[in-house]
Amino acid sequence: MNDTSTTLEKERLEIRLLLEAIYLRYGFDFRDYSGAHTKRRLENRLHLSGMASFGEMQHRLIHDEGFFNELLLDLSINVTEMFRDPWFYRAVRETVVPHLKTYPFIRSWHAGCSAGQEVYSMCIVLAEEGMKERTQIYATDFNELILDKARAGIYPIELVRNYTANYHQAGGRKSFSDYYSAQYEHAIINQELKERVLFSSHNLVTDGVFGEMHIIFCRNVLIYFNKSLQNRVLRLFYDTLCPGGFLCLGSKESLKFTEVAGDFECIAEKEKIFRKKRRS
Amino acid sequence: MKNRSRRRFAAAVIGVSAGGLNALSRILPLLHRHLALSVLVVQHLRPDSDSYLVHHLARLSTIRVKEAEDKEAVEPGTVYIAPPDYHLLVESDRSLSLSAEERVNFSRPSIDVTFETAAEAFQDQLIGIVLTGANNDGSRGLARIKYFGGMTVVQSPESAEYDIMPRSAIDAVDVDRIVPLDGIAGLLNTLAPGEIDGEGSHTAGR
Repeated sequence: MNDTSTTLEKERLEIRLLLEAIYLRYGFDFRDYSGAHTKRRLENRLHLSGMASFGEMQHRLIHDEGFFNELLLDLSINVTEMFRDPWFYRAVRETVVPHLKTYPFIRSWHAGCSAGQEVYSMCIVLAEEGMKERTQIYATDFNELILDKARAGIYPIELVRNYTANYHQAGGRKSFSDYYSAQYEHAIINQELKERVLFSSHNLVTDGVFGEMHIIFCRNVLIYFNKSLQNRVLRLFYDTLCPGGFLCLGSKESLKFTEVAGDFECIAEKEKIFRKKRRS
Repeated sequence: MKNRSRRRFAAAVIGVSAGGLNALSRILPLLHRHLALSVLVVQHLRPDSDSYLVHHLARLSTIRVKEAEDKEAVEPGTVYIAPPDYHLLVESDRSLSLSAEERVNFSRPSIDVTFETAAEAFQDQLIGIVLTGANNDGSRGLARIKYFGGMTVVQSPESAEYDIMPRSAIDAVDVDRIVPLDGIAGLLNTLAPGEIDGEGSHTAGR
């Protein structure tokens, strides 16, 4: 082996030990995340912090919980928007909601809800479809700081123009401004929209099933996992969904290379909406 | 003979921005159908782009062209195009990952992200190529490819529709080859010739 690849091997070892330390010290398990992704995020923090190595970083995070919390934010991707991929929400409204309406009561789970943008988008769809009063929404994330943001539902006002355009492209029937109040630099989501949402901490890697669901949203979360963790989480979703329940993934995620490929049927190819097969 | 049987290169990464549709339309159709390389292409696109680019290039080419998918294992003789609005990363086992994290160099996909992760995964078995573009994405990634012993190639600025990206790469890296647009496909075909099948994979005919 030449020098550069030896250095790389040692670095990979240091990262493995660091992830092990995070797990043992704080209980968050990033060991089965996508390696390339995790390394980029850690490298970024390493450069910002001025530390010399991942070994040094490991020592620091064991002893400094504040530093660990910073790292936790680095390791969770919180890039999203309201009505992200408007065509997806249009498909949910036109294709999925008619099925949901056949149930007296539905339970919906946003797994990895980040700061709540996509949760409130779905709340709006359900409200406009007259479904709000017979829905319970569970919105979960592993990061408490992000969950607090989601509960607050306060977003920078400069993003609202984009959210509004998305809302109309998604088939929104009212004025988007009906759903928030503007205060200085912020848009605050209306209280009524939050009534049916329960935000709580749940870690897809380490926690299990917590109730039967009719629909699960998990968009752009699985791409950060390695193949075996993807399979584990998809099995959890399968076990959680009622027969005929819906699974909504990100626009470039699929079940194609996974173990549950045969357990779901795809009902919207571009929108990545899947339906759990009923046992025959 | 021993040297020849051990293939040096396993993959090529191509980074391209403004002027890319033209450049790729001239390179990919000339690649051997059984090229002994996996080719990853990062073309800057508008986030809401449809799959036109992939379909267009697949139609023109005899080598297999497809959109890169998450957790897909790369195969030789295939061109993988990064999807719009996602970064494309290469894992140490040489499978692909997508990421929707923040833009890098104002871009998603970013050339640097793919180049840097591919550099680690393929090390000296990688060829990095920077083509036409009006920004400096790709320069850092190309330096990383150089560091791991890969081969660095830049389209000659004179032959580029937009020369900022090639010039930036040449300034940042002591590159191995500066090649005009019309020489890029030939270079890859020479560096990693595929098995010749009975149908004459060296011609684009049908």
